[in-house]
Amino acid sequence: MILPWLIFIPFIGGLLCWLAEHRNKTLPRWIALATMLLLSFFSLWLWWTGDYQLAPTPGATAVWAVEFKHAWIERFGINFHLALDGLSLLMIILTSLLGLLSVLCSWKEIQNHVGFFHLNLMWILGGVVGVFLALDLFLFFFFWEVMLVPMYFLIALWGHSGSTGKSRITAATKFFIFTQASGLIMLVAILGLVLVNYQNTGVLTFDYSQLLQATFSEGVGYILMLGFFVAFAVKLPVVPVHSWLPDAHAQAPTAGSVDLAGILLKTAAYGLLRFALPLFPEASAQFAPIAMLLGLIGIFYGAFLAFGQTDIKRLIAYSSVSHMGFVLIGIYSGSQQALQGAVILMLAHGLSAAGLFILSGQLYERLHTRDMREMGGLWSRLPWLPAISLFFAVASLGLPGTGNFVGEFLVLMGSFAHTPWVIVIATFGLVVGSVYSLIMIHRAYFGPTRAEGGLAGLDKRELVMVLGLAGLLILLGVYPQPILDTSAATMAGVQQWIGSALSQLVTAR
Amino acid sequence: MQFTTSHFAALLPLLVVAATAIVVMLNIAWRRNHSITFGISAIGLNLALLSVIPAVKAAPQAVTQLLLVDRFACYYMALILIATLACVTLTHAYLGKQQNEGFKGNREELYLLMLLACAGSLVLVSTGHLAGLFIGLELLSVPVYGMVGYVFFNHRSLEAAIKYMVLSAAGSAFLLFGMALLYADSGSLAFSVIGQAEASELMRLGIGMMLVGLAFKLSLVPFHLWTPDVYQGAPAPVAAFLATVSKVAVFAVLLRLYQTMPATSEGWLNTLLTLIAIASILVGNLLALLQNSLKRLLGYSSIAHFGYLLVALIASDGLADEAVAVYLASYVLTSLGAFGVVTLMSTPFKEQDADSLYDYRGLFWRRPYLTAVLAAMMLSLAGIPLTAGFIGKFYVIASGVEGHLWWLLASLIVGSAIGVFYYLRVMVTLFLMAPGLHRYDAPLAWGQQAGGIMLLAVAVLTFALGVYPQPLLDLVQHAVLATSL
Repeated sequence: MILPWLIFIPFIGGLLCWLAEHRNKTLPRWIALATMLLLSFFSLWLWWTGDYQLAPTPGATAVWAVEFKHAWIERFGINFHLALDGLSLLMIILTSLLGLLSVLCSWKEIQNHVGFFHLNLMWILGGVVGVFLALDLFLFFFFWEVMLVPMYFLIALWGHSGSTGKSRITAATKFFIFTQASGLIMLVAILGLVLVNYQNTGVLTFDYSQLLQATFSEGVGYILMLGFFVAFAVKLPVVPVHSWLPDAHAQAPTAGSVDLAGILLKTAAYGLLRFALPLFPEASAQFAPIAMLLGLIGIFYGAFLAFGQTDIKRLIAYSSVSHMGFVLIGIYSGSQQALQGAVILMLAHGLSAAGLFILSGQLYERLHTRDMREMGGLWSRLPWLPAISLFFAVASLGLPGTGNFVGEFLVLMGSFAHTPWVIVIATFGLVVGSVYSLIMIHRAYFGPTRAEGGLAGLDKRELVMVLGLAGLLILLGVYPQPILDTSAATMAGVQQWIGSALSQLVTAR
Repeated sequence: MQFTTSHFAALLPLLVVAATAIVVMLNIAWRRNHSITFGISAIGLNLALLSVIPAVKAAPQAVTQLLLVDRFACYYMALILIATLACVTLTHAYLGKQQNEGFKGNREELYLLMLLACAGSLVLVSTGHLAGLFIGLELLSVPVYGMVGYVFFNHRSLEAAIKYMVLSAAGSAFLLFGMALLYADSGSLAFSVIGQAEASELMRLGIGMMLVGLAFKLSLVPFHLWTPDVYQGAPAPVAAFLATVSKVAVFAVLLRLYQTMPATSEGWLNTLLTLIAIASILVGNLLALLQNSLKRLLGYSSIAHFGYLLVALIASDGLADEAVAVYLASYVLTSLGAFGVVTLMSTPFKEQDADSLYDYRGLFWRRPYLTAVLAAMMLSLAGIPLTAGFIGKFYVIASGVEGHLWWLLASLIVGSAIGVFYYLRVMVTLFLMAPGLHRYDAPLAWGQQAGGIMLLAVAVLTFALGVYPQPLLDLVQHAVLATSL
């Protein structure tokens, strides 16, 4: 029974926030904080007590650490089916943690319509938790779309207007249309899969474990797989369909950026690992070279564009595109090590991007600009913040000792055996990564000062947020073993699907 | 023909509505009173809704050659009666309570016209005969001319009425010509007899002509030109009636026509319908992008929505019937909600309805619940989960995938993506900073009046069906067509 509560807690908490607004301006913040603490507590408790050796593997009936199932729409064989394994647990812990931070980092930033803001924030998180738990394809799509609307409001109503004169509403609408259209393509693919299965077996079902057994011809599988891939590619984002991301990030309030970069992008990677690969192993194996190429393009394209940005949040946004390229390569490499690396990288990027966005939000509160041309020389005017920014920047470029290094290293090392050339090129991505990270620090904090006078230092709330994130990143960098253990079983399953399909493909050639 | 109790039971909803219309007419002749007229209409419609239950028990039952009351007909009768009831309550809110405030002319006749049009729709959904189809359609359309032009001292309303009348008459002419061709070919006016006849080119031409006539009423591209003007000119509750009752009835009879006549889904007719569907989806959505009037926007969006519905009609087997039934139910709820908010914003009657988007700026911070209703309706029209619209869209896509209609699905996806843009535009307008001066505002106590309660019920139902649609799906599964008389 605990799984549905993980979803309901944020939804109920959000409603309470809205209702509480009439009484008091700060009450919604405390309710949201309590909601997120409760969610973190439950997810950590699940981690502490659960046994995550169970995960779906090919050829066997799917087994889960925790499962919940209730009939929902019998007409189509749709169930309210939730289940938890190591991967989804890690993602939920990340969600609750970043949820906590996004409540904290909007404590001073958001002053208008506080209750409605937190309603939207909580509902995004509820939708995301739903995506990570749903095992019925209809339910998965349901949550996939549910999280869009509050995110739209977050950007459209509390966002900043862009530095190039683009409005926040345009950015929010762009985000919505991209994800909604690609989501509908996924819906068509889901229905195609279900109906093909129905024609073969006579059972109308949207259930994940039953659809894993579905059989279809090669061409059909490839097209259906593409339908899923498009939706995930837009959200990840993969390069030709990434253009919503920088706009949405630049215009979103800090909490929105934290959630967008930290969690929403991860739902795409999760979707690939949970659905696209296991449901269509052969088609995915055929598609792997293209996906890896797209990943490579993403790494360099994101890095080069990040280098060229003047808006600090756009720079971080493009760096996300670059990092997600590594994740994509890891996912499609078909080796256990690289898959594990992709998981670590997802977590580490969630933490480091959240840190950078929170810091640039704090910078914005002090300077009222995100334009790096107007910064410069801040190191002498501001205590603490520049140094911490430097830490997150080097974490983002993958310095050993931080989680990002572990993730990238595992991805590169694991994939090298299968696809040496891709990895050789991808490694240079680390070099350009350090270029844009350091240029960000250089432009913003070094050089001549633009204005005189000190700026307010970080208060306790701000320090706790960023130092906590830094601590977690270091912990992930020096002792990632608990995380690796938790996700091992799931990744082993995924590896068997994609790995065997890849090796079949090699022998067939 | 022997007239038994089961015939009587099958005909009961129609009889009750007709009787109510007569009582209302006599009441107006005897003594004009707005509240009493409203009360009689509401009670009559509720009774008619209740009498659908005996009609379901008697179904399938042929009453004369013209009417065939089967479960399919009963489902759409219920839908039409609910929608009419909602429109009647909205009318009550719209015209205003006292004689000296609000609407200047006579109020009571609008109810009479609405009841007559409702009776026409009931005939339309339960007819299995071309003559019945024509009678029903005209009984539906003629009162609607009067309803659209009811605010005759407003030139927009008058213009809309004349435009609608002329084009509708042209549509009827096409329809009659098509019927004549079908009769010439098969020698019968009954759907089932025509359906069994060998499909000839003459028959296809006849069906094509009828399609044109019906497409006028459904405002499918390229027969859509009247829609935005009429939606804008008509008083808000009448626009709601036009968007819901009239379209549901015509689409139901189109579906029956298609399911009983195999010739409709062959050859160039199918291609024609596919082209109409694609054009409706794209043109409706694209033109809606440019609108600044909420009523015009809803008009264009309804063009697109009937384009989506055609996808299910073209798929025409498997899930198609259910898809149409579910989609229409969700569309009716959503349209009622959207037009309901427009109505309440325009109450009590002013010279012009509150339809410019500017009037809705920042409404959320003044009337949060009313705005939440409108926002939910926009999401439902866009087909976002947690709303009934999503279930409808899901069904339509499912039937399209089942029928392998990839081109139609592609245009549906493109259309939805465009659609999201303008629905979101409306939605975000509601939440922006309000302008200092506002011309229109819903009364503070809107939630305690019949119209307001109806609106809240619609919103709750939209949400409930979006989260737990199983009851509706059960109902729809039983709403099957009777195969023959």
